[in-house]
Amino acid sequence: MAQGSAREVTEPVVPGPRQAKGNPVGPAVAASRRGRRTRRAPAWFLVPAFALYAFVVLLPSAQGAAFAFTDWDGLNPTRHFVGLGNFRDMLEDPGARGALRQTFIIAVAVTVIQNAIGLLLALGVHSRIKSRNVLRVLLFAPAVMTPVVTAALWKYILAPDGALNGMIAAAGPDSWQQNWLGNPTLALCSVAGVVVWQFAGYSMVIFLAGLQGIPREVHEAAAVDGASGWQRFRHVVLPLLAPATTVNLMLSIIGGLKLFDQVWVMTGGGPGTATETLSTLIYKNAFQFNEYAYSVALAIVLTVFVAVISGGQYRLLRRREVAAR
Amino acid sequence: MNRYGPRTLVREIAMIAVTAVVAFPLYLLVNLSLRDPRDGSSAIVPTMSPTLRNYADAWREAGLAGAIVNSVVVTALSVAIIVAVSVMAAYPLARVTARWSRWSFLLVMLGLLLPFQLALLPLYQTIRDLNLLGTLWSLVLFYSGLQVPFATFLYAGFLRVLPREYEEAALIDGASPIQVLWRVVFPLLRPITGTVVILNAILIWNDFLTPFLYLSGSDQQTIPVAVFGFIGQYVSQWNLVFAGLVIAMLPILIVYFLMQRHIIKGFAGGLKG
Repeated sequence: MAQGSAREVTEPVVPGPRQAKGNPVGPAVAASRRGRRTRRAPAWFLVPAFALYAFVVLLPSAQGAAFAFTDWDGLNPTRHFVGLGNFRDMLEDPGARGALRQTFIIAVAVTVIQNAIGLLLALGVHSRIKSRNVLRVLLFAPAVMTPVVTAALWKYILAPDGALNGMIAAAGPDSWQQNWLGNPTLALCSVAGVVVWQFAGYSMVIFLAGLQGIPREVHEAAAVDGASGWQRFRHVVLPLLAPATTVNLMLSIIGGLKLFDQVWVMTGGGPGTATETLSTLIYKNAFQFNEYAYSVALAIVLTVFVAVISGGQYRLLRRREVAAR
Repeated sequence: MNRYGPRTLVREIAMIAVTAVVAFPLYLLVNLSLRDPRDGSSAIVPTMSPTLRNYADAWREAGLAGAIVNSVVVTALSVAIIVAVSVMAAYPLARVTARWSRWSFLLVMLGLLLPFQLALLPLYQTIRDLNLLGTLWSLVLFYSGLQVPFATFLYAGFLRVLPREYEEAALIDGASPIQVLWRVVFPLLRPITGTVVILNAILIWNDFLTPFLYLSGSDQQTIPVAVFGFIGQYVSQWNLVFAGLVIAMLPILIVYFLMQRHIIKGFAGGLKG
């Protein structure tokens, strides 16, 4: 019964109805109507948008894709076609392999932790508590702040003589003090932690919108059926949150894969190369090492990952959403 | 769904405690920014004799005045262009079912997938060859082109479910398509325009890498670039740096707290497929 009423509930949360395909009227009328439509919404309306889009995104992306198969350093007027040479180099380059590994660790850790916390926060705020509106506004606030600014703040807090170690010194054993950004193993966790701190409120807001879309009757129906609190959450609320979960997972994993600002400000990719990500490595190869073609090849790898993960994740979760209906 | 009972109270206290933990770094930020550098007491202790000297010094040293003006100009111009060209593009995409319209829409969708890192370098060289490096125009151009696909996608989705009667009536009255679009359709798009403006304005305002690249070596900066230079220059003077960070944060926080309802709704709603 809960599943039955769940069916109607997902409707408003899924994308709006598409226009029906095809034309119900006869061919002659259809043709004349299509002509009228084009006249009232002419094709040249697309020109300004597509000119900007082509200049900034399409053309340079195509150029980038082409340069990835050359040995160009960005300055020299000559360049040679090297086929997959840059990609082969990547496999043997410990720097690139490390960056790839770190990028994945950060993206996965951020996605899992941020969404778990975001969901808990959403459940906490979506209740009868009196402070819910104030708390929601405060918890979301870090998400609108400039990442460079929040990263600078955390760089101080996590410094060897910073606030975190200061608090540990006051309360706990000295051995708990750590060089949070200077220790190669900890540094990666610290960076991920800062990202989670900043964007957990963002996940919360999206989950909250999903929770608010679940009508009270669904809960009541499940309660009448004798479902416990956990069962209601697991079998009623969670499936109905599938659209919000899709959006959240995609946003956080893509954001994690592209992460640059926080790393650049807090560690610069260090200590050593412990927090190097694909984005910082792309930047360094292009603007510090003059390895232009190699840098573009790395960007292609990033593009493929973003495309595959977002495409795969979207399809997977879509199937789950449909199953949940 | 029950009344306010003891369990709700426990939940309320727990949520307030969590929020306090989340907000704690911001307390440290403000607390230390008000403190004399010679005050060696713990960062957690409230500052006993607050001073605004750090703020005066930071304002003078970080070049934040110019950076704030630049950030406002770049954000406002970019968002205005994004809205204008995306509304225009979305209109035929949503209203015309011809093949060119459907293919164009797929091309727009492609833009949602490509990460800008791929275009970063070739575009940098084009901008350099056009002698636009170090100008605010390079940023406006970049953001406009980069964000057009997403804005167009949102507008097209909204337009598809918007009734056409008003447009038909205006057309019968002899209005031209461009008049219909701006006088009749655009006002009806207000909710989604709010979302487009909020999402893009915050993204552009906070972006660091693009201005860091395009403005480096010039005397122009935006807020994130100015902050990055400032923290590099005054590495260990945290009281001064923190005053600078507070100043850099204030514009966006003021806007956020004034418009929090709309902003949160924009973030929560604009991203649904």
